[in-house]
Amino acid sequence: MTKAVVKSKQEEEWQPKIIAFLCNWCSYAGADLAGVSRIQYPSNIRVVRVPCSGRINPMFIIKSLTDGWDGVVVSGCHPGDCHYITGNLVARRRFAMLKELLNFFGIEPDRVQFMWASAAEGELFAVMIRKLTELVIKLGPNKKFEKKW
Amino acid sequence: MVINMGNIQAENEEIQKNMREVARNLLNDKKVDMIIGYAQGTVPLSSSPIFIRNVEEVDNLIWDNLCYVNLARYVVPPLTEFVDNEKVNLKVGIVSRGCVARSLIHLAKEKQVNTENIKIIGIPCNGVVNRRRIEKELGEKEVLELSVSNDKVIVKGKDFEKELPYQDYLNELCKTCKVKSPPMSSSLSDVIVGDSLEVTSVEDDFADLVNFESQAPDEKWKVIKELLSDCTRCYACRQACPMCYCNLCFVDQNKPIWFGKTSDISDIIVFHLVRAMHMAGRCVGCGSCSSVCPMGIDLKIINRKLEKIVKERFDFTAGLDLEVMPPMMTQKMDDSEDFMLGEH
Repeated sequence: MTKAVVKSKQEEEWQPKIIAFLCNWCSYAGADLAGVSRIQYPSNIRVVRVPCSGRINPMFIIKSLTDGWDGVVVSGCHPGDCHYITGNLVARRRFAMLKELLNFFGIEPDRVQFMWASAAEGELFAVMIRKLTELVIKLGPNKKFEKKW
Repeated sequence: MVINMGNIQAENEEIQKNMREVARNLLNDKKVDMIIGYAQGTVPLSSSPIFIRNVEEVDNLIWDNLCYVNLARYVVPPLTEFVDNEKVNLKVGIVSRGCVARSLIHLAKEKQVNTENIKIIGIPCNGVVNRRRIEKELGEKEVLELSVSNDKVIVKGKDFEKELPYQDYLNELCKTCKVKSPPMSSSLSDVIVGDSLEVTSVEDDFADLVNFESQAPDEKWKVIKELLSDCTRCYACRQACPMCYCNLCFVDQNKPIWFGKTSDISDIIVFHLVRAMHMAGRCVGCGSCSSVCPMGIDLKIINRKLEKIVKERFDFTAGLDLEVMPPMMTQKMDDSEDFMLGEH
């Protein structure tokens, strides 16, 4: 019985695993709103709640990729709405730099995504997650950082 | 400044003469307690840093095309102990070509050096010869003597003598360098002595990156992999860089362990990727990371890319003046969002 279950799981179509860093004040609440409003979005994302998008060390994103996550998404408050005034603005520059560098090193740009979603935008959050999940599915599994041994 | 390609030797001698004169005056007038400069290395193809406290020693200062060390390294931790580990506010004069001066200016902006305690002894640089490339070219043969004359680098050893074209053996970053002498601005007028150059902005078309950047991600990954495959992660590039002054580097951190310690290519790439991230908006492109690499890896494309991103995105060039804030230390409400996921 158990064997059959395992087998059927392996035969299933590959589904990406996407790690989502959501800011406590806007995007996490936005995701929550999507949930309580029963808006459907792909279950591929695993949420990590952070105090602010400015809390994201670029190392978090790089480590997620090396640990084998197929996609990374960071979401924060819209510019001007940050609970800590300029946290998301500082983060925006950092992300711009990181995304260009990842692209330069040959990591597909669609694997790492940045977005804004406010606490009232449950619908938008779901739309964005649907969109980026599709993009990651198109890219396939993240194998670049796989070690030989 | 126009480089007279016909006469590099004479130009070097001129630079050396002027540099010693400036250094002597600074020490005589008690404007500085110490001069940091270059001295003849103990083996051919090398130069070593020298710390001069007495006027009599000034004649040991040299300038030639093998002075590749970025001397700004000696005024930031952990190497400050070479300068003086007791006396605070020691005044030092630093022999600086364009990139060394830019490193110092950037370090002053990051509040790592106090401009009141340094004097930049400006010299007009005419390019640094990459000794690793010469060693590679000659293979096992030992070089005993190297000289530059006209547009040739002449290397002599036991039973051989070879002429190499000067332009081909320059550091890659020196070929695209636009700031050969320390950049002068009003706030720096008492800091810079000797040669200087009026620069307010640097224009560049980054034509050398076009080929690489037009490739598909998988091809880029392959090129980067090939470039870095020799890397042994000895961290010489980090040790030579004046911008790497963190007390605890992310590679030495073990709580959390940010990335693996293996010699697997994925770990090597992560090291270089994160180092590049940390250099963003701070790298002045002095090329000392490439010069010191024992495996002869040329990190030029990464340095150039950093320069390109900050120039195009934030219209900033590192180390030109004291006023403009580095891009990663500040932000604007209307920064571009072209890289972000949109609704449509």
